[in-house]
Amino acid sequence: MATKPRPMFDTNELVLNMGPQHPSTHGVLRLVLRLDGERVVGCDVVVGYLHRGIEKLCENRDWTQIILLTDRMDYVAAATNNVGYCQTVEKLMSIEVPRRARYLRTAMCELQRIASHCLWLGTHAMDIGAMTVFLYAFRERELILDLFEEYCGARLTYNSMRIGGLPLDIPPGWDKKVLTFCDVMSKKLVEYEELLTNNRIWLQRTKQIGVISAEEAIAIGLSGPALRGSGVKRDIRKDEPYAAYDEMAFEVPVGKAGDTYDRYLVRLEEFRQSIRIIQQAIEGLPEGPIIGKVPRMIKPPAGETYHAIESPKGELGYFIAADGKSTAPYRFRVRPPSFCNLQALPRLVKGHLVADVVALIGSVDIVLGEVDR
Amino acid sequence: MIDTLVIPLLKILIVLNAILVAVTFMVLLERKVIAWAQVRLGPMRVGPHGILQPIADVVKLMIKEDITPVKADRWVFTIAPMLVLVPALVMFSVIPFGESASLFGREVTLYIADINVGLLYIVAVASIGVYGIILAGWSSNSKYPLLAGLRASAQLISYEVAVTMALVSMIISAGTLSMVEIVNAQANHGVWYLFIQPVAFFIFFVGGLAETNRAPFDMPEAEQELTGGFHTEYSGMRFALFFLAEYANMIVVSTVATTLFLGGWLRPFPNVEALAFLGILPGWCWFLLKTFVFLYIFLWIRATLPRYRYDQLMRIGWKVLIPLAIANIVVSGIFKVMF
Repeated sequence: MATKPRPMFDTNELVLNMGPQHPSTHGVLRLVLRLDGERVVGCDVVVGYLHRGIEKLCENRDWTQIILLTDRMDYVAAATNNVGYCQTVEKLMSIEVPRRARYLRTAMCELQRIASHCLWLGTHAMDIGAMTVFLYAFRERELILDLFEEYCGARLTYNSMRIGGLPLDIPPGWDKKVLTFCDVMSKKLVEYEELLTNNRIWLQRTKQIGVISAEEAIAIGLSGPALRGSGVKRDIRKDEPYAAYDEMAFEVPVGKAGDTYDRYLVRLEEFRQSIRIIQQAIEGLPEGPIIGKVPRMIKPPAGETYHAIESPKGELGYFIAADGKSTAPYRFRVRPPSFCNLQALPRLVKGHLVADVVALIGSVDIVLGEVDR
Repeated sequence: MIDTLVIPLLKILIVLNAILVAVTFMVLLERKVIAWAQVRLGPMRVGPHGILQPIADVVKLMIKEDITPVKADRWVFTIAPMLVLVPALVMFSVIPFGESASLFGREVTLYIADINVGLLYIVAVASIGVYGIILAGWSSNSKYPLLAGLRASAQLISYEVAVTMALVSMIISAGTLSMVEIVNAQANHGVWYLFIQPVAFFIFFVGGLAETNRAPFDMPEAEQELTGGFHTEYSGMRFALFFLAEYANMIVVSTVATTLFLGGWLRPFPNVEALAFLGILPGWCWFLLKTFVFLYIFLWIRATLPRYRYDQLMRIGWKVLIPLAIANIVVSGIFKVMF
């Protein structure tokens, strides 16, 4: 008797191809969304449109040339990539880095973190429709690029580190300028917060969107602010300090709910902590050499090592194997935070609307140069 | 002959051209205002401070290739932009820009027509424009425009209900549907209806933002989500028609709001004698000034606020604005009967 009523209309899932040319996929990310109306029931992430084979290239370059290639991975945070690579080689060769160089590296990493977060904040807000924040954040990012330009001449891909230390000492007056920037940035942060943090629309668009629990976040392998947004207090700067982070006082902000809003709050707090670290590093900048004792010919002994740093996007790890004979690494492998964080995206967008998909892409903060390498 | 044919035709010609010019300069204004809000300069290249940018834009759009996608429904695809633009322009026929002016010894009214159902006419014509957007989204035969078309239909229909209900309570106060009489009623009351019907004004303004697809309700053309929405597949002059229509609609909403709630061509506080010196500006100047304030607020909002999500927008429309509008009608009715 109980026959199933025949549906009047057929309903089909709509397969929507988002990207690789799409204004909100932050480069050449491609998402294949399966939609029920506007609700996402499934999502496949397609990557590889920016694959340049950097890892393989590195195996055919000598050790100093590789620094240049690492710039091209996370190209909005080139300095942290440099630091990560140089420290891995230093670890492999047991090179002692002078204290001044470590302090400067710390300051530059944090400047870079602010620059990267500015870009994230701008694009994230832009995806949700607040386009003024985009230009405000870029205005401040510009100041950081100016600082880097003054230091090493480049604005995006700096090649600003060397194995064993730094290529150049800071130009005179640079430290003052950095401190001035810190003051400016603290004021501008208030401006961003006024526009977003308590904005009703912003709250509605980000609260309870893309919730991920701490267990799940760890299981997927999230790292960086995306992990801390779920309440996991994991920060390599604190847990396995490198450069001069063990001498700096700073907090690791964590969220509670694990939603887009908490990830936003975590990153905003990281702005403040980064400013704190930069101020400490520049004010307490020790005198001394900027590069340690490094042999003319860099040829690490046979062996392999993994070293990770906290890049603006999460755990950036380098695995390098050397055979002790050649002037190039035997195997070079990067653990890119963007790629690993991107794994969470299909899980995050499920059940949300198309409009939330772009908010969530922004929320995991990816750079395609690093995802594809 | 002159009064029945020549003058109305001349007025239509003037209004139509003025609106189209206003629309192109509105685009410039928008770019400039938002640029200033965002610490940029905006267009600076064409003419001093980019003042001739609109002309360059129009020329560019005219000489662009006009592409019709192979899979599109040709006929509907062609008709859709016109269906959006024409209602937007036709609505200006009942907007009173001012009371009257003497021109070459002849008393000329500063509106094209004063029909006794003016407001109803505007509401009716405004809803035709929605079809254009839906048809544009559907006929493109592409997924993003289709989604945008669906969003647009849901959004515009639900907001139209709220706006129309808000207008009903306004009509209860005014007792007339004629746009000219509504302004005269405000002159008689001695106060703008903004102060008598603040709730209706609020609903009308929010609904107006939604109906013109402006931020924070610009879902149908959400650039970051739907890559331009319903006009994704359009190019050249046909795309420009959508653009023109959007800005023309903004101007319509501003002029209607000015007429209904800000006393049209009346000077501020028309019943306060001490402010009589404000009367040195002719009525149409006040009208344009008030309209401009509205347009500026449109731009200001766009520069400041993030975008709502589609379902949140519907929730606001059906669960907040419409009940509020109905309650407002009831309250207005009670007041009307009691006082």
